[in-house]
Amino acid sequence: MEIFTPLTTDAIKGLKAGQMVHITGHIYTARDAAHGRLIELLEAGRPMPFDFDGNIVFYAGPAPTPEGAACGSIGPTTAGRMDLYAPTLIKQGLKAMIGKGLRNDKVVAAIKDYDGVYFVGVGGVAALMSKCVTHVEVVAFDDLGTEAIRRLTVEKMPVIVAIDSEGRNVYER
Amino acid sequence: MPRKIHVNDIIKTVEELCIKACVVVPCDIRRFMEGAVEKEEGLGKQILQDMLKNQDIAIADNLPICQDTGMVVVFVTIGQDVQIEGGSLGDAINQGVRDGYEKGLLRKSVVADPINRVNTKDNTPAVIHYNIVEGDGFHITVSPKGFGSENMSRLKMLVPSDGIEGVKKFIIETVVAADANACPPIVVGVGVGGSFEKSAIMAKEALMKPLDAHHPDPFWHNIEKELLAEINNLGIGPAGLGGRLTAMAVHINTYATHIAGLPLAVNIGCHVNRHEEASL
Ligand code: SF4
Repeated sequence: MEIFTPLTTDAIKGLKAGQMVHITGHIYTARDAAHGRLIELLEAGRPMPFDFDGNIVFYAGPAPTPEGAACGSIGPTTAGRMDLYAPTLIKQGLKAMIGKGLRNDKVVAAIKDYDGVYFVGVGGVAALMSKCVTHVEVVAFDDLGTEAIRRLTVEKMPVIVAIDSEGRNVYER
Repeated sequence: MPRKIHVNDIIKTVEELCIKACVVVPCDIRRFMEGAVEKEEGLGKQILQDMLKNQDIAIADNLPICQDTGMVVVFVTIGQDVQIEGGSLGDAINQGVRDGYEKGLLRKSVVADPINRVNTKDNTPAVIHYNIVEGDGFHITVSPKGFGSENMSRLKMLVPSDGIEGVKKFIIETVVAADANACPPIVVGVGVGGSFEKSAIMAKEALMKPLDAHHPDPFWHNIEKELLAEINNLGIGPAGLGGRLTAMAVHINTYATHIAGLPLAVNIGCHVNRHEEASL
C-alpha cells in the first residue's frame, strides 16, 4: 500500500501493525543531537523548524551524497534513543516516526493517545533505501553535519508499521 | 637488520581498508546469506533478499552498505623486528582513516568528547589495539564498528560459581535484549576470562573471525554450537521482525583468569559485520 505525506488521521488509523507500506512525499530526518535542539527550542518557547502536523520524522543521518546522486546511503537508527523526547514531540503534533527497534511504554501510550504511528525500516540496507530519495534539503542545524534536520523527498520508501494507532506492536512475539 | 615500513604505505592501506570494509560485505557473510534466504519465509525472507540486493547496489554504485559507517577499530599485529619510518604509527593510522572517510564519502560519526559531543568531522580518532609479536610481520585489521550493535553489547564480571551455565545465560540475555536494535542476523563475539578489559578485547577480536571459525577446544566449540542453535530458536529473525535466522555465528575467545574471577564480555556485530585486513 502507498501512503502520502502529510498523513491524515484517517490514513494513520487505517494502518495495522505488521503491514508493509510505501511512503511518498516529504519526511524529515532528526536523530540524537537534533532532538536535543528541538527540545531546547520548545523549552525556550521558540517555533519548530518545520511544521509537525501530519509529518513524519525519520531517525536517520545519511552518509555524504555522491556526485550526481540525490542522497547518500541512508537508513534508520535505533529509535529507543529518542524515547525520552518522542512523547513531548507527539504532544506538539508530530504524527509519525521511522526508526528501528522497540519503543518504551511512554512512547506507545503517546502514539495511542494522539493517533500516531511508528514505522520501522530495515537497518543496514542503506544503499538500497537511498534509491527511494529523490531530493534532499537541509532545513535546520546545518552545523550538526549528518545530524542536521533534512527534508527528504521520497518515492515509495518501504517501511513496516511497527506500532499502530491502537498500540498494537509488531515486536510482540 | 629491522625491516622498514614507511608510514605512507600504512596510510594508503588503512584508507583502502576503510573504504572496502564500508562498501563490500565480507564474502563469507555474503555466501551465508545467500544460503539462508532459502530457509527463511515471509517477511524474513524478503528482508534477507533486500539485504542481498543492498549489497549488490553498494558495490555497483560504490556506496556504503550502511549509512552508519561506524567508529574505526584497528588491530595492529607488529613484529618486533619492524621499524616504522617517516612518522608515528598511530598518526599514520588516523591519517588513513581521515583519507578513507573523505574519499569514500563515508559518514563521519565520531564526536571529540563523550559529553560535549562536537563532531570531529573526519571520523578520527580510531580505537587502536597494538599487539607486538616475534618476527618482522605487519598485519592490520580495520573494523568500522556501527553503534546500533555496539550499544547492545555488554560486559559482566561473573564469579567462578556462576560457571558455564552463568556464562550461557548472560550471553542469551544479551542477545534477547539486543533484539532488533542490533540489526540481526548478528554475529556474537564473546570473550571469557582474562581481566575486565581483556575480555572486552577478546570479544571484539572474535567478531573479526571467519564465520566458520571455531574455538580450538572441543568443550568451547560445543558451547558455541549450542548457543548458536538456542539463539536461532528465539525467533527474533532478520531485522528483528521474526524468522529463523537471528545469528550467523557465535565465536568465543578464552584466556586464563584470576582464582576469584570469571570476566565475560559479549560484543554484538550486526549483519554487515565489517572488517577488512591486510599484511605489509
Ligand atoms: S547496527 Fe550495523 S547495520 Fe545496523 S545501522 Fe548500525 S552499522 Fe548499520
